[in-house]
Amino acid sequence: MVAAARHPNIELLTYSEVEDVSGYVGNFEVTIRKKARKVDATKCRGCGVCWEKCPTKVDSEFEQGLAKRKAIYIPFAQAVPAIPVIDQEHCLYFTKGRCGVCQKVCPAKAIDYEQQDEIIKDKFGAIIVATGFELFNWREVYGEYGYGKYPDVIDSMQFERLNVSSGPTGGKILRPSDGREPKTVVFIKCVGSRDEAKGKSYCSRACCMYTAKHAHQVLEKIPGAQVIVFYMDIRTPGKAYEEFLERTIHEGAIYVRGRVSKVFPEGDKLIVKGEDTLLGRPVEVAADLVVVVPAMVPSRGWDKLAKMLGLQTDKDGFFQEAHPKLRPVETFTAGVFLAGACQGPKDIPDTVAQASAAAAKAILLLSKDEMATEPMVASVDQSVCAGCGLCVEVCPYKAISLTTIAERVGGREITRQVATVNTGLCQGCGSCAVTCPSSAMNLKGFTNEQILAEVDAICL
Amino acid sequence: MKYAYYPGCALETTAKEYDHSTRLVARHLGVELWEIPDWNCCGASAAHRVDHLLALALPARVLALAEEQGLDIVVPCAACYNRMKAVEKAVRESEEMRKTIEEIIERSYKGSVSARSVLDVLINQVGLESIKAQVKRPLAGLKLAAYYGCLWVRPPCITAFDDPEDPMTMDRLVEALGGEAVPWPYKTECCGASLPTARTDVGLGMVYQILRRAQEAGAVAIVTACPICHLNLDMRQKQVEAAFQEEFNLPIFYFTELMAVAFGYSPKEAGLTTHFVNPLPLLESSLERRETA
Repeated sequence: MVAAARHPNIELLTYSEVEDVSGYVGNFEVTIRKKARKVDATKCRGCGVCWEKCPTKVDSEFEQGLAKRKAIYIPFAQAVPAIPVIDQEHCLYFTKGRCGVCQKVCPAKAIDYEQQDEIIKDKFGAIIVATGFELFNWREVYGEYGYGKYPDVIDSMQFERLNVSSGPTGGKILRPSDGREPKTVVFIKCVGSRDEAKGKSYCSRACCMYTAKHAHQVLEKIPGAQVIVFYMDIRTPGKAYEEFLERTIHEGAIYVRGRVSKVFPEGDKLIVKGEDTLLGRPVEVAADLVVVVPAMVPSRGWDKLAKMLGLQTDKDGFFQEAHPKLRPVETFTAGVFLAGACQGPKDIPDTVAQASAAAAKAILLLSKDEMATEPMVASVDQSVCAGCGLCVEVCPYKAISLTTIAERVGGREITRQVATVNTGLCQGCGSCAVTCPSSAMNLKGFTNEQILAEVDAICL
Repeated sequence: MKYAYYPGCALETTAKEYDHSTRLVARHLGVELWEIPDWNCCGASAAHRVDHLLALALPARVLALAEEQGLDIVVPCAACYNRMKAVEKAVRESEEMRKTIEEIIERSYKGSVSARSVLDVLINQVGLESIKAQVKRPLAGLKLAAYYGCLWVRPPCITAFDDPEDPMTMDRLVEALGGEAVPWPYKTECCGASLPTARTDVGLGMVYQILRRAQEAGAVAIVTACPICHLNLDMRQKQVEAAFQEEFNLPIFYFTELMAVAFGYSPKEAGLTTHFVNPLPLLESSLERRETA
C-alpha cells in the first residue's frame, strides 16, 4: 500500500466514493465524492496526538468490535495515508458542539471542522472494480448459534483479529468474555454457505483453508488445546492445500463431518450440539470458544455500482465476468474489468492472479491509440429510423443513443431524432435488431435480408 | 371471533385437560369455537410413513369440512397442526394434487382456509393486551420454561408463525400472565414423541435432557402447547427420575391451564387435578406468596 501511495503515476483517493460514471471505454467521465475528513491532508503529519487526546471511544470497525477506537482515528496502524478522519456521528464537536480537543492539540493546525466534501470530475480510460466481499449476515439468520447472547461466539474475522500480533490482544487467543485462554475451540464451517434454506447456495471456497490455518494456530499458540472443526465437506483444491490440511489434522485438529444445530451455555462453557454424520450419532462438545465461519457475500452497495457501470450480476450480487472460461476479468461493459471477490468468492492467490490479469488488460487497452473491435456490430439505416428509442432501452451495453440529424425533405430543411451506434461499445448481440419496429437496425453480417435468405434456403 | 375447532384424538384421551382448558379460555376471551362435526384423525405420524396421499387426504377432509363453513381451524395439537399445514402447502403448490385430494375425499377442497395453532390465535389474534386485561391472579414469582417442542415452529416453510430456532410466543404469554419466562436452550428440542415407548433407553434420555435443562435454567415448571410433549414430560417424569437417579418434581402445564388459573378459575376448573406430577402445591405456594406480599 505504501509503495502504491508513493508511486509517481498512482494517485490514491482514500475516503472517497464514486458517485457517477458516464462515457464509454477510453472516455469514462467519473464523478468522485472526496469526503470531508475534517482534517487538512496537506498539513497533517500523522503524529497521532489528536487520537491520543480524543476523549470519545467507539467500537473499532477494523477490530471487529473487539477493541475501541477514538472519534478521530485512522482505521489501523498501517493505514495509508496515515491521516485521520473525524467520525462525525460520534465526535462531541459535531454531536454536541463542544470539546474541540483535537484542534487545540494539533501541532500542524490541520484540524478543519469547516471542511466540506469535494466533488472531483475526471476522465479515465479504464475502470477496474475491486470492491471485495463482506461476511454473510449470520448473526441474525443463525439465531441458534447465539451471537450477541454469548460473547464467546465469534466469527472468523474476529478470530483473525485475536490472532494477529497487531490486534487487540497482541496476538494472544483469548475469550472475549473473561480474557481467559480457551482450551477447547470449536469451528463451525459453512455458516451461510451451501445452505439454500437460510443462506447462499454456493461454496465460499476460501474458508476451508483459512479455517485449517486458524486451527493450526490455536494448536500452535495454546499448549494442550483441543480444536474441533465441524464441516460439510473439506474442499482443498489448490497447490499444497491438501498437504496443509493434513498437517493440521496430524497436529491434532479433530474434523467432525456434520452440522451444528445449536450452541448454548452451561456454566462458563458453551455446549455445541451437532451431529457426526460419519458415526451417525449426535455429538455434544463443551467448548470455551466457538468460531463461526460465515459465507462470503459481495460488499454492500454492489447493486448501486452495477447500475452505475452497467454490470451484470449473478443471483447473489457478484459481478458477472464476460465469459466464465475465456474472459474471466472482462465485463460486458467495454473498458471495465473485475478483480477479486467482487466477481465471486476467492482466496488470496486467486485474487492476486485475477488482479494482475485485470491490470494487464487495462494496460493493453491504454497502450493503444485506436481500438480494434469485432466487425459484427449493429448499424442503423437512418433513412428509415423513426427515432422511437426502443433500441436504446434494450441495449445491454449502453451502446446506442439518440442523435438529431438535419435533412432536406420536399425542399424544406427539417431535423429529426435517429438512433446511432457506438461501435466501440457494441458487442453484436442483436437485441436492437429484433426490437426495431421499422427494421432500421441491422447486425452487420446477420442482416434481416441475410437471415431471410438462409430461411429460404432451408425451406425451398 | 369464530373459528372451527379440531380437537384431534389426543384431546379426547390423554390430553382431556388441554381440550377442557382451551374451550374454557377461548370462551372467556370471547372466541367462539365450532367443533367440526364428524372430524377424523389427522393421520399424525402413522399415515405419512405409509402413504403420501393418505397423509394428505386425512387432514384435507377436515380442512374441507371447515372450508364449507368458511372458517379457519384452530388446532391445539402440534402434530395435527403440522399435518394440516403440510396439506395447505401441497395444495398451494400443485393444482394437480388439489384435484387428486378432492377425488379421494369426495368433497370440494379449494385450500381457502388455514389451520392455526391455539397459541397463534390467542396471542396474535386476541392479543396479549386483551389477555393481560383478564388476569385476576397473576402468576407472580413463577419461573417457567416455555417449551415448544419440534412441530409447532418447524419446518419453517410450512409453519412460520414464530422463529423456528428461538420462538418467543409462549414466553411473551407467560410474561403477560405475570410469570417469569426463563431463557433456556431446549425450548425446541424433540421430546421423543413415541420413542419413549418404542426405544425407552433413547426416549427417556431425551425427556431427561429437557427436564434437566429447564431445572438448570431455574424453572420451577414447564409450559407446553402439545399433548405428546406433555405426556412425555409429565407421565414419564417418574420413570426418568428412576432411570437417571435424579429428582425433578417439575409440574408440566398446558399454557391454557395457566391462562385459566390466571383468569381466576380454580385449579380444578382449569383441569389441573389430572396431572401425574401434582402442580397444586406449586400453585398454592405461589398464591400464598402473593397474598403475604
